[in-house]
Amino acid sequence: MSAKFVSRGFRGRPRDAEAGGRLPPGQYLTQGFPVLSAGPTPHTPLSQWTFSITGEVDQQRRWTWDEFQALPADTVTKDIHCVTKWSKFDTVWKGVPVDVLLDGLDTAAEYVLAFSDGGYTTNLPLEDVTNGRAWVAYEYDGRPLEPQHGGPARLLVPHLYFWKSAKWVRGLQLMADDTPGFWETYGYHMYGDPWREQRYSGD
Amino acid sequence: MARAAIQRRLTWTQAEVVDVLTETPRVRTLVLSIPDWSGHLAGQHVDVRLTAGDGYQAQRSYSISSAPEDAQLKLSVERLEDGEVSPYLADELRAGDQLELRGPIGGYFVWEASMTDPLLLVGGGSGVCPLMAMLRHRAARSSTVPAKLLYSARDLGDVIYRSELERLGAGEGLEVVLTLTRSQPPGWTGYGRRVDNEMLAEVAWPPERRPLVYICGPTPFVEAVAGSLVALGHDPMRIRTERFGPTGG
Repeated sequence: MSAKFVSRGFRGRPRDAEAGGRLPPGQYLTQGFPVLSAGPTPHTPLSQWTFSITGEVDQQRRWTWDEFQALPADTVTKDIHCVTKWSKFDTVWKGVPVDVLLDGLDTAAEYVLAFSDGGYTTNLPLEDVTNGRAWVAYEYDGRPLEPQHGGPARLLVPHLYFWKSAKWVRGLQLMADDTPGFWETYGYHMYGDPWREQRYSGD
Repeated sequence: MARAAIQRRLTWTQAEVVDVLTETPRVRTLVLSIPDWSGHLAGQHVDVRLTAGDGYQAQRSYSISSAPEDAQLKLSVERLEDGEVSPYLADELRAGDQLELRGPIGGYFVWEASMTDPLLLVGGGSGVCPLMAMLRHRAARSSTVPAKLLYSARDLGDVIYRSELERLGAGEGLEVVLTLTRSQPPGWTGYGRRVDNEMLAEVAWPPERRPLVYICGPTPFVEAVAGSLVALGHDPMRIRTERFGPTGG
């Protein structure tokens, strides 16, 4: 039914075949870097910042900012896709692979809940933040990550909608069960694969 | 944290455009009839999907500006000159057309008349749209919850819902404060600058009243207002934000 629907008089922008192959369904390309947050931007001093691994692990871990900076880091170039429909290609980030943070830990957990300053949380399968698929990023485009974009550090999980890349992230709680985070509680999808257009619960 | 929204599948539906209202030179309101609409909360939005003849589709989000109690759904659309979707919605669409949408979406940036704390709404430009849904909801429920709207627009001609806001502002418990940032009409006695700390200190409820705050507008506006309110001593957890803008976020 809806597949045959046509919006009278709508043509849309000229199609970009190259962009089209890299754009998930329902997304459009932007050159800017829009911002989406539920509340005020937190400003945690680096002297008070820590990153923690908690939950179902044999040992809790915690790093100060300086300790975190000393961890091995990658510089990666990724396309990102926001649930509000914009996508941005070739964004450059520097951050610590989550694999490094979890290296050597013994856990039976299958999920993580990322937690942030300001009370924000988001849930992900453990396998989606390991095996080179996620980072805790503290530089964007060669500069320290700005607070409004999640600085001093945000999770980077580019293969999922960008709300899963929690801003102002302060740690990962490992969990046996999948528990909805902040936006997921309000009807956003538990997994959020842009290529399957999993924007909202039930998609 | 507020209660969880009811989780259910959001399906695409066809709305009929009943009317198109000109609000300002750049903003039009689509008045929609949706046969199987499930209802919404004030502050929620919908996704709109346009489909071209070759199957190409474009989606965008628009805040609902009508109250949950209203018979028809209203979306106010600001025309962005280089936009793909907004010029179509604002200029091409007319009564009798069909429009595909799904929703309502979002459960955090919402206000219900059962929330009795003082209400502070701060809107920049078309960011006033979801705040208008809250004020219309408040009026429809005959709520006397003390409320203030601080609304920043470029000039008087850019003020959306101007006559309705004047009418609502004359009612009990609501104060509407405009600031015109670019130009002011002769004899204007209101604010004529961007929202700043001093203005918020004068207009906002003091932090001790523990107001519930909703801010909507372009990102720099939201960042500045939220930052000022936190600096004035307001609890960050009681400040809810929604960003609008040509870049979509």
